[in-house]
Amino acid sequence: MSDVIDSGTAQARDVDATPSDAPPRPTLEQLKERKARTRQRLETGGDIMTISMGPQHPSTHGVFQMVLDLDGEVIVDLRPEIGNLHRGVEKLCEHRTYHQIIPLTDRLDYNSAFAMNHGFCEAAEKLMGVEVPARARYIRTIAHELSRLANHILWLGVHIMDLGTQTFFVICFRDREYLLDLFEMLTGARLTHSFARIGGVAKDLPDGFEQRCRKVIEFLPKRIAEYERIVKHNRIYYKRAKDVGIFTSEDCYAWRVTGPTLRAAGVARDLRKDEPYAAYDEIDFEVAVEYNADVYDRFLVRMTEMRESCKIIRQCLDGLPDGPYVARDAAHSLPMKRDVLRDSAAMIQDFYQVFRGPQAPKGEVYRAVEVPKGEMGVYIRSEGGAKPARVRFTTPSFYHGQAMPALAVGEMVSDLVAIFASVDVVLGDSDK
Amino acid sequence: MSDPVAQLVFLIVKAVAMPLIIITMVAFAIYFERKFAGFFQARVGPTYLGPWGSLQSFGDVLKLISKEDVIPLRSDKSVFKLAPYIAFVPAFLVMAVLPFGPVGGEPNLFGHRFDYVIANFDAGVVLFLAMGAIAVYGVVLAGWSSNSNYSLLGGLRAGAQMISYELAMGFSAAGVMVMAGSMSLVEIVDGQKGAFWEWYWIPQIVGAIIFFIASIAELNRTPFDMAEAEQELVAGYLTEYSGMRWGMFYLAEYVNMIVVSGIISTLYFGGWRAPFESWNVIPGPIWLFLKICVLIFIYMWIRWTIFRYRYNQLMSVGWKVLLPLSLANLAVTAVVVSVVG
Repeated sequence: MSDVIDSGTAQARDVDATPSDAPPRPTLEQLKERKARTRQRLETGGDIMTISMGPQHPSTHGVFQMVLDLDGEVIVDLRPEIGNLHRGVEKLCEHRTYHQIIPLTDRLDYNSAFAMNHGFCEAAEKLMGVEVPARARYIRTIAHELSRLANHILWLGVHIMDLGTQTFFVICFRDREYLLDLFEMLTGARLTHSFARIGGVAKDLPDGFEQRCRKVIEFLPKRIAEYERIVKHNRIYYKRAKDVGIFTSEDCYAWRVTGPTLRAAGVARDLRKDEPYAAYDEIDFEVAVEYNADVYDRFLVRMTEMRESCKIIRQCLDGLPDGPYVARDAAHSLPMKRDVLRDSAAMIQDFYQVFRGPQAPKGEVYRAVEVPKGEMGVYIRSEGGAKPARVRFTTPSFYHGQAMPALAVGEMVSDLVAIFASVDVVLGDSDK
Repeated sequence: MSDPVAQLVFLIVKAVAMPLIIITMVAFAIYFERKFAGFFQARVGPTYLGPWGSLQSFGDVLKLISKEDVIPLRSDKSVFKLAPYIAFVPAFLVMAVLPFGPVGGEPNLFGHRFDYVIANFDAGVVLFLAMGAIAVYGVVLAGWSSNSNYSLLGGLRAGAQMISYELAMGFSAAGVMVMAGSMSLVEIVDGQKGAFWEWYWIPQIVGAIIFFIASIAELNRTPFDMAEAEQELVAGYLTEYSGMRWGMFYLAEYVNMIVVSGIISTLYFGGWRAPFESWNVIPGPIWLFLKICVLIFIYMWIRWTIFRYRYNQLMSVGWKVLLPLSLANLAVTAVVVSVVG
């Protein structure tokens, strides 16, 4: 990197200088020291101006509100207000059968709706002890990674737009369109797929999907290289993102911040590797890790993750097994649609599942999956029957949003939008 | 018709025509900005109103005029109303000293001498810098009088930014003044006789680049659009403005862009002169117009391509890089001119 970007010289009081001899893997102490240097800005002690950023503000990505105390341009204090988009999803879940909850999970993180479906289904399957057939697991992995790609491309566009480049946003949207087309082909919907089912997925892969999907994942790494050419070596982006919003691994543990933000802090935590689900344990891929814990490294982590996603999808398409796409489990799963009109048992199963719902045993489970934004945990407590007694979603955006004070105090207003975008918050996900 | 009367008639005609031409150019500059933004972003831009959407700006202005005039309840109302004019008017005044063709010489129109400049003012460059400084008041007062925190931040940013970049701008323009031995824009163009390699942009290449960068800051455009910074400050000093008052700021931005492009063409790129002497059969105003168009296109290109600086980075670029460089450029120019003659 140093051959492309001259990082300047560090001076004792110059908080904006970049350390020229920065080791590629700074220790925790070094990161803390860098963060402390940012906080030196707080020592001026000027008059405080309070300003409400959001809920109606161009770069709060929805209706997130941050009440800022500013000393000039420096953020002295920040109070996030979460819940403007609260829809009571968890309460709604208590009045629906497990099948009917799946469309609600779409509306959590609508940028990666399939990952949300998937997380809930994994938890429900764990509760009911449903074995997912191999083909369904591979299809789920493909769809999950497509949603990760779509999410990261959208993230990239929005993040860069927050730094002032509007054209790049359009470039990203154009490429996201290919992924949404794939989703439309696969699920019939572009945004809220409701594609996962308990025990499998809703449909088999449609004809021609494989060729089209291969085309897209051949093409996307080229586009990712182009994004890097535009953004990674851009001097202004480097200056805006390097050593901004440092969030060490300790901070991440303290605030339960996961996903790319944690991996940019040097922690190789990825549930796809650590607690594999779907087909991830049969797939060869790398966990993207960077070590500087700043906005720039979060960008690098996401770029690597997108490349890895393409790799995962390619392997899944290569090794796609034959067989049913949903579990043959009459008590808990919907039958395959093509059987319903031919097979009376399947028809009875269909009616039973639609009108009565899956019969879950008593008990409680917690299952977490690695959605694009971080770890999404689903907790279900069942008293038996078709409806859960309590459902709890621990969605990453909520924790990322509430960590904003720790992330942004001592930074400047311009950095705030970069930092807020870099941790990737979607308000449907955060406010539930 | 005696000569003084003819000169008076010419003056009135020029003084009336110039603002009209500028306003028309502004309308099309806005249209092209949107069209180019569309092309840069793989869109088509405005298409509905007029051929290829070319009347879009006129429709926009009609819409803005017909909108409700909202003045915030707790604003400083008189200042709030005054600010758009302070931003709008100075930009036009600079056009008075900008030569758009040959000045002086033989009678060339109906037996009278027609000067292609409204006022052959001795200190044209200084007038340009002064008017730029006054326009800052428009922005700062707009931010202050709105009684909104975002506006205030935007106004403060604009004030600090424009003042610090004006210095670099002034010093780099001083290099040209030293070379031409005059502050008059007419004489600066006279100093750049000949083809394009004899213009001031080659000896003053450092000054030209600094002047161009500083002018972007002066115009509040990306990467230096701190004062608006829509992703940070909503709309900066414009947050509370709506309707035609907002429109006046918007138009002022484009008038400024045309004026600054004109000044850059005049200082560094030979003003109304053709790039080759034999091409001077095409009249001067057309060459100036073309040069302004190219510069405006570069402004638009930059705006839709690159990132925005952070406020303190902007200040450090201004004070630590551009200002020392422009001073060094001025010193070297002065030494070379005094030695060479």
